[in-house]
Amino acid sequence: MIPLSYYLLLSGFLFACGVAGFLIKRNIITIFMSIELMLNGVNLSFVAFAARWHALSGHVFVFFVMLVAAAEAAVGLAIIIAVYRTRETLDVDRMNLLKL
Amino acid sequence: MTPYLHLWLIPILPLAGAAINGLFGKKASRAGVSTVALLGSGSAFLMGLRAAAVFPSLPVIPHQEFLAHWLRSGMFSVDFSFYLDQLSLVMLLVVTGVGFLIHVYSIGYMWDDPGYYRFFSYLNLFLFFMLTLVLAGNYLLMFVGWEGVGLASYLLIGFWFTKDSAASAGKKAFIVNRIGDFGFLIGLFLMIQHFKSLDFDHVFDSVVHLGPGATTEALLAAIGILLMVGACGKSAQIPLYVWLPDAMEGPTPVSALIHAATMVTAGVYMVARSHVIFEGAPLALAVVAIVGTLTAIFAATIGITQTDIKKVLAYSTVSQLGYMFIACGVGAFSAGIFHLMTHAFFKGLLFLAAGSVIHGVSGEQDMRKMGGLRKYMPWTFWTMTIATFAIAGFPPLAGFFSKDEILWMAYSSPHGSWVFWLVGVVTAFITSFYMFRLWFMTFFGEYRGTSHHTNDHGHGHGHDDGHGHAPHESPMVMLAPLMILAVLSIVGGWVGIGGRFEHFLAPAVGVLPEPAVEGGNLESYLMYVSVAAAVGGLGLAWLLYYRSKDLPARIAASLGGLYRMVFNKYYVDEIYDAVLVRPLIVFSRAVLWQGADRGVIDAAVNGSGTTTREVSNGLRQMQSGNLRSYAGWIAAGSAVVIAYMVWAGVR
Repeated sequence: MIPLSYYLLLSGFLFACGVAGFLIKRNIITIFMSIELMLNGVNLSFVAFAARWHALSGHVFVFFVMLVAAAEAAVGLAIIIAVYRTRETLDVDRMNLLKL
Repeated sequence: MTPYLHLWLIPILPLAGAAINGLFGKKASRAGVSTVALLGSGSAFLMGLRAAAVFPSLPVIPHQEFLAHWLRSGMFSVDFSFYLDQLSLVMLLVVTGVGFLIHVYSIGYMWDDPGYYRFFSYLNLFLFFMLTLVLAGNYLLMFVGWEGVGLASYLLIGFWFTKDSAASAGKKAFIVNRIGDFGFLIGLFLMIQHFKSLDFDHVFDSVVHLGPGATTEALLAAIGILLMVGACGKSAQIPLYVWLPDAMEGPTPVSALIHAATMVTAGVYMVARSHVIFEGAPLALAVVAIVGTLTAIFAATIGITQTDIKKVLAYSTVSQLGYMFIACGVGAFSAGIFHLMTHAFFKGLLFLAAGSVIHGVSGEQDMRKMGGLRKYMPWTFWTMTIATFAIAGFPPLAGFFSKDEILWMAYSSPHGSWVFWLVGVVTAFITSFYMFRLWFMTFFGEYRGTSHHTNDHGHGHGHDDGHGHAPHESPMVMLAPLMILAVLSIVGGWVGIGGRFEHFLAPAVGVLPEPAVEGGNLESYLMYVSVAAAVGGLGLAWLLYYRSKDLPARIAASLGGLYRMVFNKYYVDEIYDAVLVRPLIVFSRAVLWQGADRGVIDAAVNGSGTTTREVSNGLRQMQSGNLRSYAGWIAAGSAVVIAYMVWAGVR
């Protein structure tokens, strides 16, 4: 049996990759994918704990997260398309109008 | 059944006039403004006459009328209540009567002034406050009137506010009066503390029931002297008289009404009203008498050297007010009020006649540039002559009776002394001298004015350009009040013959105990002396200013420094300036302005502003609009939170 710590290390690694991608990348699509990566990192730790302790709530949480992520992806991609249509760019550094 | 006289209406009517003229007068015609102003003052006069007519049949004197509650605080209460006794009746008639005449006169005098409606609004406002003062039933309401006449005086002295000297004279009058009011106010606080009331009835009752003793006397002396400080401010006595000569910057009807006939006598009225307090405190009485004596002679000597016709009259007013205080100070309050009344007639007349002269010579006020006006303005000349003889104390004119009464009382009263009498007689001589000097310089000899006169008087009198250059008589609307006042200056003193006036006022201001000195022939001898003083003044003035006109200059030259000192009014203004005003200005600038105001208050306010701005400026930098930097902050914040939780969990 694979020890729990392996799952958690992988989960942490995925999450850290997501954070790093989110902070470093400029393309909004990549940033979006980094968010998905973070979510899935968290999901992995959820299912790992659920399997380890035979608790159903972990699985339920994961389904919720996937559901929300799907909805988010739909809305987010719609926004991205709208932004691209008006600004003709996907560079987040150039989407800085909303400031003082 | 006590009739209800609606005393409250008497002050309110002029107030209504002031409000109407003040709010709507700008658009109204001059005739409309005059009508409203005359209605305001005239109806108050009629109400006063009605009160006088009903007065003998009143069952209870003092007659009191309650209008409304004002302040209630525990046991202490003050009401809007009015008080009519012999004293306030005399004041009421003098104020409304002379006030009405001066309103009429002002129509002629101010006709060409662009601020016509403003002038009448202020004048009515003054009447409102003055009537509140004399009809008030308690000290606080009296104080309201007291402050109000100060305000009206300020507004009217500075009526030609574009002129620098007028504006600062107004401020000076207001500020000097504040010093006196401060004393008055502390006196009121003492009364509240010890008598728990400010109603005249209640206070005088409490004073009577205080019982003898050093404590009582000290308390009454303290209250009396504090009230006298207030009276010194309002009635222009030493050391607070300095504002009155400057107040001559105002239009001449104002000088006549406020700074001669009515407002400046408020202090005398207040002292007479408080006679119960003063009679219980010989020390306070002595202070009143000494201040009055000093002021009388001091101001009279200054009057000799002045060349501005209104300034002479101003110093004369200060001097005559000193007379009234001598009377009050020796306990002869009725004599003081008697002189107040006759003085209102003849000094009001003198000012109005002087105004007529100034009007006639196109705004010139320097007597050296007048002369010979007898031919040009006969009516003014004759009325002024009556007033001059009246103030000098020639029998049987008004001033003779009241002045003689005061001099006799100063000598014979138990509180009196021959010193007061002697100074009084010397003052009477000087008064007669400078008044006849004015008379000779103005009306006799040749006209010394230039044919074309530029208006250095700054009079706003659009009049000056249109008229001919020769002096001319004033219009009828100005002469009629002069004539009425001239009649009053003749007959006004007759009410005092045989002590009738004194007898009438006795219930309100008390009577003196039997004279310490036996009357009889002495009274007549003293009277001859005072008449001799008046005649002597006339003779000397005739000699110096009519017969040998080069003599005054020679005398002045031979006196040298003494003359210069008197001519410069004993340098009192300069001394006050150096001792009080300048140090105060320096202190205010250095400590209050630069130190307290800029250093502490401004610094605190501005500091909080700058701090907020600087901090916000720093925080604003975070709001960059850069998505990744926001994410960075979130990540950093999360990291801190996690680190803390881990650290807390480990511990």
